[in-house]
Amino acid sequence: MAQIFQPQSVLLLKIGAGAVVLGVVALVLIWRESIAQRPPVDAPVEQVPPFSHKHHVGDVGLDCRFCHASVETSAFAGIPPTSTCMTCHSQLFTDQAMLSPLAASLRENRPLRWKRVHRLPDFVYFNHGIHVAKGVGCSTCHGPVERMPLMWRVQSLEMKWCLACHRAPENFVRPRERVFDMGWRPPQDQAAQGKKLLGAYRIDAKRLADCSNCHR
Amino acid sequence: MPHAPLDPPFDRRNFLKLMAASLALAGVGACSRRVPEEILPYVYAPPPLTPAQPLYFATAANLCGSAMGLLVQSNMGRPTKIEGNPSHPASLGATDIFAQAAVLEVWDPDRSQAVMRDGQASTWDAFLATLSGIDGKGSGLRILTEAVTSPTLIEQMRALLRRYPAARWHQYQPINPDQAYVGSVLAFGEALETACRFDRSRVVLSLDADFIGHGVRHARDFAAARRGVDGEPDPGRLYVVEATPTLTGAMADHRLAVRPSEVEAVARGIARALGLPVAESHAAALSAQWIAACADDLRQNGRRSLVVAGAAQPPFVHALAHAINHALGGVGSTVSYHAPLFPDATRQTDSLRELAAEMAAGAVETLVILGGNPVYNAPADSGFAEHLAKVAASVHLSLYQDETSARCRWHIPAAHFLESWSDTRAFDGTVSLQQPLMAPLYDGKSAHQLLAALLGENTASDYGVVRDYWRKRHPSLSPNPLPQAGEGDEVSLREVRANADFDAFWNGALRTGVIDGTRLPGRKAVLKTGFLVTPPRTGGEGIELVFAPDPTIWDGRFANNAWLQELPKPLTKLTWDNAALIGPVLAARLGLDNGDVVELGYRGVRLAAPVWIMPGHADGAATITLGYGRRRAGSVGNGAGFNAYLLRRSDEPWGGGGLEIRKTGGRHPLAVTQHHHVMEGRRPVRAITLTRFRLDPAAAVTVPLSPNPLPQAGEGDEVSLREVHANASLYSAAKSEGHAWAMSIDLGACTGCSACTIACQAENNIPVVGKTEVARGREMHWIRVDRYYQGDPDHPRTHFQPVPCMHCEHAPCEVVCPVEATLHDSDGLNLQVYNRCVGTRFCSNNCPYKVRRFNFLQYADTETESLKAQRNPEVTVRMRGVMEKCTYCIQRIAGARIEAEKSGRGIQDGDVVTACQAACPTGAIVFGDLNDPDSRVARAKRSPLNYALLAELNTRPRTTYLAKVGNPNPKLGFEF
Repeated sequence: MAQIFQPQSVLLLKIGAGAVVLGVVALVLIWRESIAQRPPVDAPVEQVPPFSHKHHVGDVGLDCRFCHASVETSAFAGIPPTSTCMTCHSQLFTDQAMLSPLAASLRENRPLRWKRVHRLPDFVYFNHGIHVAKGVGCSTCHGPVERMPLMWRVQSLEMKWCLACHRAPENFVRPRERVFDMGWRPPQDQAAQGKKLLGAYRIDAKRLADCSNCHR
Repeated sequence: MPHAPLDPPFDRRNFLKLMAASLALAGVGACSRRVPEEILPYVYAPPPLTPAQPLYFATAANLCGSAMGLLVQSNMGRPTKIEGNPSHPASLGATDIFAQAAVLEVWDPDRSQAVMRDGQASTWDAFLATLSGIDGKGSGLRILTEAVTSPTLIEQMRALLRRYPAARWHQYQPINPDQAYVGSVLAFGEALETACRFDRSRVVLSLDADFIGHGVRHARDFAAARRGVDGEPDPGRLYVVEATPTLTGAMADHRLAVRPSEVEAVARGIARALGLPVAESHAAALSAQWIAACADDLRQNGRRSLVVAGAAQPPFVHALAHAINHALGGVGSTVSYHAPLFPDATRQTDSLRELAAEMAAGAVETLVILGGNPVYNAPADSGFAEHLAKVAASVHLSLYQDETSARCRWHIPAAHFLESWSDTRAFDGTVSLQQPLMAPLYDGKSAHQLLAALLGENTASDYGVVRDYWRKRHPSLSPNPLPQAGEGDEVSLREVRANADFDAFWNGALRTGVIDGTRLPGRKAVLKTGFLVTPPRTGGEGIELVFAPDPTIWDGRFANNAWLQELPKPLTKLTWDNAALIGPVLAARLGLDNGDVVELGYRGVRLAAPVWIMPGHADGAATITLGYGRRRAGSVGNGAGFNAYLLRRSDEPWGGGGLEIRKTGGRHPLAVTQHHHVMEGRRPVRAITLTRFRLDPAAAVTVPLSPNPLPQAGEGDEVSLREVHANASLYSAAKSEGHAWAMSIDLGACTGCSACTIACQAENNIPVVGKTEVARGREMHWIRVDRYYQGDPDHPRTHFQPVPCMHCEHAPCEVVCPVEATLHDSDGLNLQVYNRCVGTRFCSNNCPYKVRRFNFLQYADTETESLKAQRNPEVTVRMRGVMEKCTYCIQRIAGARIEAEKSGRGIQDGDVVTACQAACPTGAIVFGDLNDPDSRVARAKRSPLNYALLAELNTRPRTTYLAKVGNPNPKLGFEF
């Protein structure tokens, strides 16, 4: 019996089938990549209630540590308990509808539910306390929060970005007393100042890029 | 009648179409967007809590006999890791495997979660409503508990017995000290507890007592006495007479394997040699030389010698041990006596037998069982399970719905010791408050609450009951602490002050974990010599059967703990099973091999069990461990092993003669983690006798490594050969600045107890893999304890060697990793970077120590909610396809470094304590910075006993060992 397909058409069919498979795989990969994205950099994250760092930091002038109380002592900077909010809001703006979730939280003894803005993968162990102690300022990673009505990420939080500082910390460290200063800008001679600070902080830059610093 | 056709009719084509469509849709559905993470702060933050910083609370647990003081780590309210409490006499900072594994038990998803009535879900209130039926005097009321040490619970029980004078309280647990109490009655006329000071003893004789394997304190004291001062080993001498090899036997300088019934003969021989008027037993003639040498040694050391008898020995042997200690003058030096720990439970087996008889007679209307599992573990001849059906109202309070719960009318879920208040006594009587780490997960009740309910206080909390008990006993609150106090306001002022005093006392007791001044006072014991004329024991014909607690699951209470099930038994290295242990001679005689199924026949009962050949086991005896063959343990423990309780009899609870062993021809697969048991001349474990060590301190480590280490090497100039080894490298030495982490393991102190393995498992989120995977060699423990036998299989020397990752300076694993997932950091740690690992397993193949572990399957359970809460948040949970291994507890190093740097000082020696080091009962593991010449580890490595495992490979391991120093009696001498 004669062959139904000529060798050329078999080859074409094989290539075609391969292309279809590859295409499907590529499509799935692209699609997964698109849905796996965290909220992109610079996209504000809605919160309930719509907490504004711009108002609390920029206008009122609260210190970061008033709410993020464990930033110097713990790995986690801390999200304030409702009772901290109530330090002021038991008196101020109590009739604002915007704040009703806050009142409800206290009344029903239910926590507020904030959406996470800065998320690191599970295999990364980041510690706020040591960064603050070694002169890495809040705004270096979190950006100008005093101008953010809603929070967004200003940095990618990818490993490349972490390493940029861990390999050359002198470009980023600042004096201890300016760590919580939102207005700090690197001086003209940051590289030289930074080198001096590394000495003062006793930062051994050589071991900062060890895998074991962040992964365990 | 023909079946009606299915409507609508499905043809194959339509079926496939539908299936394809639903599969495609299911696939799309599975790819949903990741739910954004949320952060939930507190409404009111509890004051001592800093987010993400663990807190430690002192508590205590009575896990198998008496209390051990613990410090429990709480991560945001979740108990995640247990350490020993350094202020507690039974712990001194170390723990055993049971304490380490307790965090898995509290989070066990199989725990009972509801009150049950006749197998149907019910409520606590419904149960309380039925309690009114107890008659005025409580004549049909019986309470069965395990042996109780809690002063509060004892007081509650007494209150209950005052309220219901006709009620009775029975106490029973299957591993009990009955024989020791009866022995002390023989010797002193009253039941007394014996306190042994191994740290003051030079020569110890153990008559079948496994004092090193059970409990932490004795092992710690024993190791302390052997360590000597300034690292100069000065071991005393340990003689052990036993049938079943134990950890104590493995530590012995001289071990005599005899059948259990012959231990008495040896004890008699030694007593006679020391001048005590006891009758001789002919069985001792075989070991006359051994007995003479041992007795001489004991006599020479007089007040500094100690004789201990094991729980399984008959009362006479206990009494004889007391008499020998008296004769040697050890009383007041190495031995003292105090009131019994269980004052109302000195005859537990008899107590259970009486209860069973009453149940059989129909005299018991209400039986309240607080803890324990008597249906499973009562002696077979008591008929407890069968008679339980005759009890009208039976109540069982327990953590699991187990065999006993199934036979009781009511089951009440118990609160775990990490969830409830209580108090408990240590071996010396010291009371600790048992402080919960969290509220009961499943609304469990404590024994205090149940007893309070029986007393009509339905709303009492365990906190209230325990606090009230101590409040009443606090001196400042006793009826007339200040007799001179006069008027009304004075009294109230006094009350305020007294309350403040009590609060200070209470908080102090909670903080330190012990209540000062609660040790049981010493008693003067006057020896009555009348018992010495007892004629020698007869019996023990044929093959003797020995019952022993299981090394990892004890009497069966830990059967559903996967960590303990998978922990290799220290000597057999068996996991997930028990086996009938027999000596090589008996095995050869019966033609048995490991895993052969035999039928055991003992006093008319037959039981099938696999056998395991145990070097060093006494000939003419077989040992089976209790605790296996559970049917209602839970998903982990059900069906593992065989149930030895079916053979146990209340008149001979620890076994007796007349065992029949019949080969059935069947085979039972056993999962073991070590398949080769001799060192084949490679000498991974080095040992030396004290005499030789004093002549040449380096002799243990300079002996030839293997018969022909380097065949071309010259005239046995070992030292220069070693130097050549040490310097051979193609690369210039890496400069080590900062810290150089290293570990030293003292093989002379290691008892093989495996607490390190479980501590590591808890600390590092190590998964369990199950029996089939263990049988494939895929167990995941980061620190294994190798066990080697040396010499004659009938009387071998036993060596243990814990093997974690060696953190080689020239690491063979690193050069073969194609993706640099394993590499060095600047502190010299050999890292494993999970997120880089692609799972080629080249590193494991190239590792000469075989310490790398691969996740062949998804071993870590990422589904079960309660198990997620157990994990250490500081350590990554590894996924399938990733290699892992010991990290030297890098999370603890990082934590110590961060704290040290924040405070501006460097890391001090002792700041970093690895999980294995913290748990080790004998302090065999030392960890620290090699670049600090004064650190403990640097000092250990300067010892002449220091050597590296497989040093000839020039891997330069950071983990090294200290050779073992033995102290044989020259009259019985041996060389390693």
